[in-house]
Amino acid sequence: MKRVVITGAGTINALGLNVPDTLAAFAAGQCGIGPLDIPDVDRLSVRIGAQVKGWQATDHFDLRGLSLYDRMTQFALWSARQAVEQSGLQFDTALQDRAGVVLGTAGGGLNTTDDSYRAVYAEGKNRVHPLTVPRLMANAGVSHVSMTYGLRGPCFTVSTACASSNHAMGLAFQMVRAGTAPVMLTGGSEAMLCFGGLKAWEGLRVMSSDACRPFSANRSGMVQGEGAAVFVFEDRDHALARGAKILAEVVGFSMCSDAHDVVMPAPEGAMRAMRGALADAGLSPAQVGYINAHGTGTAANDRSEAAAIGAAFGPDAPLVSSTKSAHGHIIGGTGAVELLACLMALRDGIIAPTLGFQKPDPDCPLDVVPNVARRAQVEVALSNAFAFGGLNAVLAIARAD
Amino acid sequence: MSSQTAQTIIALIAEQALLQPSDLDAETRLADLGLDSLAMVEIIFALEETFDIAIPFNANEPGKGEFDLSSIGAIIAAVEGLVSQKAA
Repeated sequence: MKRVVITGAGTINALGLNVPDTLAAFAAGQCGIGPLDIPDVDRLSVRIGAQVKGWQATDHFDLRGLSLYDRMTQFALWSARQAVEQSGLQFDTALQDRAGVVLGTAGGGLNTTDDSYRAVYAEGKNRVHPLTVPRLMANAGVSHVSMTYGLRGPCFTVSTACASSNHAMGLAFQMVRAGTAPVMLTGGSEAMLCFGGLKAWEGLRVMSSDACRPFSANRSGMVQGEGAAVFVFEDRDHALARGAKILAEVVGFSMCSDAHDVVMPAPEGAMRAMRGALADAGLSPAQVGYINAHGTGTAANDRSEAAAIGAAFGPDAPLVSSTKSAHGHIIGGTGAVELLACLMALRDGIIAPTLGFQKPDPDCPLDVVPNVARRAQVEVALSNAFAFGGLNAVLAIARAD
Repeated sequence: MSSQTAQTIIALIAEQALLQPSDLDAETRLADLGLDSLAMVEIIFALEETFDIAIPFNANEPGKGEFDLSSIGAIIAAVEGLVSQKAA
């Protein structure tokens, strides 16, 4: 079994177009949620979101790329570029043959789907963009990252709704640990803030129209975001041999299913996933200093997750926060962006706060680091993701030694 | 109370509750029907589509909205209120 380390990280989300800006926003308690600026927003009942601002795709891609890349793929490529640069990896032919890419996304190229349906249904056109299929396919982001760096090893997309990127990173971890690949680029990407994407969510009546307030007694639902994060997961010996800087070590992963209800979470499944990640890492609950919660800000999730944390950790639960209150719920990319908060806790000793917190909820008796970041020495952090469909995926990462 | 509106509402709630319309009346409380969260949003959607209205309802704050969902009679009154607002 190989040890697995993180040697590069990249992101784009409503808090920033790179990792340093995102971590600075976490530490400053900044919120990326605001009025949505998308076509037909006046016909939506929920008009807030955590939109990426200041992103000009034309600054980063050539003409062919611009015609081929949905916003989801643009986010994946931009995040991968930062991660590879930070890692310092040079992909020679031998490494290219074995290194791979596994990313999560729930909606795939949903903006492309939305645009093409608008053209044929609403605008009465009989023609859509000729590259609609390669733009909208869920594996487009993975394939373009693979092509950009010539990575010819295991490459695929994982789609498990809100747990997509945690499942993707868990599989990448297992492949590097097993020696299947010495390097995997992994994380997730989502760009669902379009009229059709948001209309679908409105129907479930779980979206807040004012703010995301995870674990607060007056929470009123989730707020959607968009973005991506991509990491370089690398065999520790491979990283040490080339003198790479190690950001953190991935030490455990667990996934399981509630087999219970398609939208209502079951605390027992979430608890099993957290315990499973610790067992996989050979750690005890007392060694965990921080949990980045799934923390959607819905009545159902936060109550269930708090019960699961209580069951898994007892009365001495570690610090818990939900950064969805800052970057929104990035659906298939959310676990990847949230892993950045775990990295910050381990490397910088700063816990990103749960924003929007106004009133304790007796059903959520946790220290959720309300509204203001806090200093804490953390050796191990968990990152939770619990998807619609009852699919749970939890990662454990540790401070680099 | 418009009996046609009442009958339509009772029929669509009965369908989601897997009951006959004759099992329900204005006094029936929704909490007693064993509806899950998916059935609730399907009922809201059916009411909105049938009567061309927009019902304020957030599953995270089910008791907070001004739309009273406690009993079938309350729902009928609330739907009639929204329909008359639309006509005004």
